[in-house]
Amino acid sequence: MLRVEDLTAGYGRSRVLHGVSLEVPGEAVTAVLGHNGAGKSTLLRAALGLIGAGSGRVWFEDEDVTRLPAHQRVRRGMAYVPQGQQSFPQLTALENLRLVADGRRDGRAALEEALDLFPALRSLGARRAGLLSGGQRQQLAIARALITRPRLLLLDEPTEGIQPSVVAEIQRTVIELGERGLSVLLVEQHVGFALRAARRYCVLEAGRITSSGIGEPGAEERVRQALRV
Amino acid sequence: MTVLIGQSFTGISIGAVLLLIALGLSLTFGQMGVINMAHGEFIMSGAYTTYVLQQHLTDAGTSLLLALPAAFAVAGTLGIVLERTLIRRLYTRPLDTLLVTWGVSLLLQQLARDIFGAPNVQTSTPGWLTGRITLFGGEHPVTLSHARLFILTLAVAAVVALTLTLRLTPLGRRIRAVVQHRELAEASGIATARVDRTTFFIGSGLAGVAGVALTLVGPIGPTMGTNIIIDAFLVVVVGGIGRLRGAVVAAFALGVLQALVEYSTTVSLAKVTVLIAIVAFLQWRPQGISTVRTRSLA
Repeated sequence: MLRVEDLTAGYGRSRVLHGVSLEVPGEAVTAVLGHNGAGKSTLLRAALGLIGAGSGRVWFEDEDVTRLPAHQRVRRGMAYVPQGQQSFPQLTALENLRLVADGRRDGRAALEEALDLFPALRSLGARRAGLLSGGQRQQLAIARALITRPRLLLLDEPTEGIQPSVVAEIQRTVIELGERGLSVLLVEQHVGFALRAARRYCVLEAGRITSSGIGEPGAEERVRQALRV
Repeated sequence: MTVLIGQSFTGISIGAVLLLIALGLSLTFGQMGVINMAHGEFIMSGAYTTYVLQQHLTDAGTSLLLALPAAFAVAGTLGIVLERTLIRRLYTRPLDTLLVTWGVSLLLQQLARDIFGAPNVQTSTPGWLTGRITLFGGEHPVTLSHARLFILTLAVAAVVALTLTLRLTPLGRRIRAVVQHRELAEASGIATARVDRTTFFIGSGLAGVAGVALTLVGPIGPTMGTNIIIDAFLVVVVGGIGRLRGAVVAAFALGVLQALVEYSTTVSLAKVTVLIAIVAFLQWRPQGISTVRTRSLA
């Protein structure tokens, strides 16, 4: 599905990723674990093309997308939910979704499906996204990403900074999306949840992948040791 | 009393002109954060488009109405060419943009001189715009020329059309999304560079429409753009970057202030008073009448 080969990337002169190679298989959740500043978000941003690759390649469904701008990668079937419940604050919740549904032949149906996933959003449609709670904005962000009917979802810390009542719902949704056959690359600090959701995991430290494995019983202990938490 | 009302009407018609010339700028400068000094020359291109059409079609009314879409297309195309060739490379560099577009403005002025000659030219006003309506008779009659009323109608129509486009159409949603959060828009599958281009086309096209309107109230010349571009920037800055509503209020407020002061003093003194009022207002409220978050100018 997604193959990252020897990727380096960073901001300005400071390099964050130092030759990361990673393969995300189809129809499963893959988790990227690591401390703050390890380069997890940078990995997702570089995979989507929001920051350029210094060297290395990014393949999506056997196509080299390394030089494609982000919006074209989205059109080819990637979707991205950034960290921090981001939205278009002055647009209403519904406009946030319609924006992505516009111009798609299946837009209306996709919008309905996304709203079915988070029924709470239906009654909030007319409210400005900037006025929603963090949890609601995160649901909106996931819904917005799913409207493009992606085959790969890049999900950056979906439960970070969200009220506990919504965390469980979002975790359930992520697990459900994986079970439905969507490929997910999940960046997560919450090791327990990540390993419950993911079939495979890798640990990123200081811009390098230091270990990887399968999400099986006992994996949590190994990851915690690797992360020394 | 009727004097006050009369001057207020004059002020509103000044405001309508200000609004028309500032409306396009409120998109390119207000929404996109591009300081385009050549915006005045886009207005000029709209005025000359009217002139050229009138040279070929003898009927002033038909040529004026045809000039509206034609000027939009001409100025919009100039805008796209400028955006694609220069401005696109200078986003986030406002000072460089200012200098470069100022250079383009000089080039376009010289181009106009080469094509149409240095002296001003004039278009003839169609018959149905030459009359006046009298609102109050008596000692100080309040009258409004049809041409001014036409400009007012045009300004209102342009504001309504632009507002509806931004609020209700897919293109409007994309424009607002890119202004509010460029990276998230790109990551949501929106071709942000194309949206920039379209926004710039519309903003520049509106300058062309303003140029058509200006042919009704003054001569057409190579430097007509320079004379009004400052006013247009003032309206957008006072209105508050990024909000149409603010620009509308600011245009009419400045117009009425100008007209009221002008009555008891002179035109120059009125200009000075308006400028002082703007400086004082911006000291008190630097963000303008109303604001939204836009792409940073820094």
